[in-house]
Amino acid sequence: MKTALTGAHFLNGDVACAEGAIAAGCRFFAGYPITPATEIAEHLSQRMPEFGGIYIQMEDEIASMAAIIGASYSGLKAMTATSGPGFSLMQENIGLAVMTEAPCVIVDVMRGGPSTGQPTLPGQQDVMQAKWGSHGDYGIIAMTPSSVQEMFDLTVEAFNLSEVYRVPTLLMGDEIVGHMWEKVIIPSPDKIKIQNRKKPTSRPEEYLPFKPDDDLVPPMACFGEGYRFHATGLTHNEHGYPKTSSSEVQSRLVRRLVDKVQKNADKIIRVEEVMLKDADIVVVAYGIVARAALSAIRKAREKGIKAGLLRLITLWPFPEKHVAKVAESARAIVVPEMNCGQMVREVERAAKETPVAFLSKLGEDPHTPMEILEVIRRSK
Amino acid sequence: MIQETAQVTLHPFSKYLREDMMPHIWCQGCGNGVLVNAFVHALDELQTDLDKLVVVSGIGCIGRTAGYMNVDSFHTTHGRALPFATGVKLANPELEVVVISGDGDLFAIGGNHFIHAARRNIGIKVLCANNLNYGMTGGQQGPTTPLESVTTTSPYGNIEHPFNLVHLAAASGATYVARWTSLHVRRLTQSIKKMLQKEGFCFVEMLSPCPEIYGRYNKMRSGLEMMSWFKRASVVESFSDPSKADITKERIVVGEFVDIEKLGYEKLLHELISKINEKAMDRVS
Repeated sequence: MKTALTGAHFLNGDVACAEGAIAAGCRFFAGYPITPATEIAEHLSQRMPEFGGIYIQMEDEIASMAAIIGASYSGLKAMTATSGPGFSLMQENIGLAVMTEAPCVIVDVMRGGPSTGQPTLPGQQDVMQAKWGSHGDYGIIAMTPSSVQEMFDLTVEAFNLSEVYRVPTLLMGDEIVGHMWEKVIIPSPDKIKIQNRKKPTSRPEEYLPFKPDDDLVPPMACFGEGYRFHATGLTHNEHGYPKTSSSEVQSRLVRRLVDKVQKNADKIIRVEEVMLKDADIVVVAYGIVARAALSAIRKAREKGIKAGLLRLITLWPFPEKHVAKVAESARAIVVPEMNCGQMVREVERAAKETPVAFLSKLGEDPHTPMEILEVIRRSK
Repeated sequence: MIQETAQVTLHPFSKYLREDMMPHIWCQGCGNGVLVNAFVHALDELQTDLDKLVVVSGIGCIGRTAGYMNVDSFHTTHGRALPFATGVKLANPELEVVVISGDGDLFAIGGNHFIHAARRNIGIKVLCANNLNYGMTGGQQGPTTPLESVTTTSPYGNIEHPFNLVHLAAASGATYVARWTSLHVRRLTQSIKKMLQKEGFCFVEMLSPCPEIYGRYNKMRSGLEMMSWFKRASVVESFSDPSKADITKERIVVGEFVDIEKLGYEKLLHELISKINEKAMDRVS
């Protein structure tokens, strides 16, 4: 790890994400060029080989997602990066990664959608897709960076969570955090917490590849280690063998895939709380929009309005308890999002009786602090 | 009363299969078992290290093969066996990676992955059971269904031109290409052996009888009738022009079509990585 970047650097968000992947121990990247995530691939095509890692440009995003699952099963930490259209193409194999519990990281640098939409402009329109994009029921982890620093930090964390819980972990950036240049402080490798998947302790002939420990996560053997195990996207028992007509096997498997995220939610979820103690009006925001929201609550305080910010760093599992807690004492909650109303539905559900004002924005710019301030004022 | 005592011994090849996955799902008269048998014989003759073998399948009848092989195995989503296998092979080039899948999986939904894996010349060995239709879903027309064949979705006869798989594989850059039918068991086994020893992307197609589904609609209701067609129509024309190796009622051209030497992608890549990695280490030391 001698060539790892350390110290203060002026980087763009995509490059910071790529460096975060290297710092996290990622040694396999498969991707397909797409604005505004291309710089992640470009940077890793140069950097990966310096660390003995693999960069491969696949024929499409479907293949990229399949390849990182394969690499993960061969024992490498693996990542892909894309934007909306590619994220849509990846969904089926994200489901395969969920079903076969393959640790891997998917970066979606969100742009305006639907369809080809606005390739060069920011959006937050994929956040529900992050949770529900692949068919069937499952648990997944998704995080949203608000800064170039977090493009680095949260990429490392995404790898750790994905390794610990054997679940594909999504980093939901946006065009602004992806393309913006900011100062990034990179700690030395020994100061960065790295977590790795649990390896089996049982002998190969006794190994059950999908038998979970108490934390609901099964230890993971990799190909070539002599365990000779089977994995399938079909409903399977603890042996990994398909059992497609047993309601008991289906129920036990799917509930565990949901529960291993949900029951560990308190350990997974991260939020930032700013001036919440006495807040009458709480802005719940994430990603680049949270930067404007922070500015807005400060301006509100200057004007004597007790405003606070709950910044969602983890989107999925949804920080329900945190929202419920602020809703108990707040008079109103304000949710600004760069979509037509996605996470606001979750906020409303958790806020119960507390009124929630939604501020939607689409297109070129995220919300300005003044626009958010205006809604704070009206909600007072 | 005569008492018979039978000495039950393990089948000499039982170590290659997961017996607890049996019985298999395949119909009477299906050729998939022939392909697995030929593959197992090839592994046995080569004394392949089973701890370093990974079998990857897609979706379809033959897709269940991954589960039946007693090695590290993975049953992917429909069409994605090759890109999954690409990740496996690049991440650990020491592994022997074999994709065993069907014509629909590899050439319709997965067609793009096939041509690109062949173009890269990645060292994945592909064994395709071509049953000329979508068997598992009940016999729909597919990318290899011969013209005029009747299927559940071409009830008036197929008007789509089928892919010639050996021509496609050769044109895409494969280093070894062969086609046999389930009748040509010894030659099939030899071809599998050969491809397992070669570098780069290799492709072996086996025409597989599907009497229960394809044959039902095309006047070949038994495995024997389908095998009779293979016997009657097959002509061995090794190293003939693969573009002329059609599969029709009258003529099935079989044989080896390509056998060339080309450095495998994973070798080139890992050599490049070592060079760059050394340079990077020199720069900081």
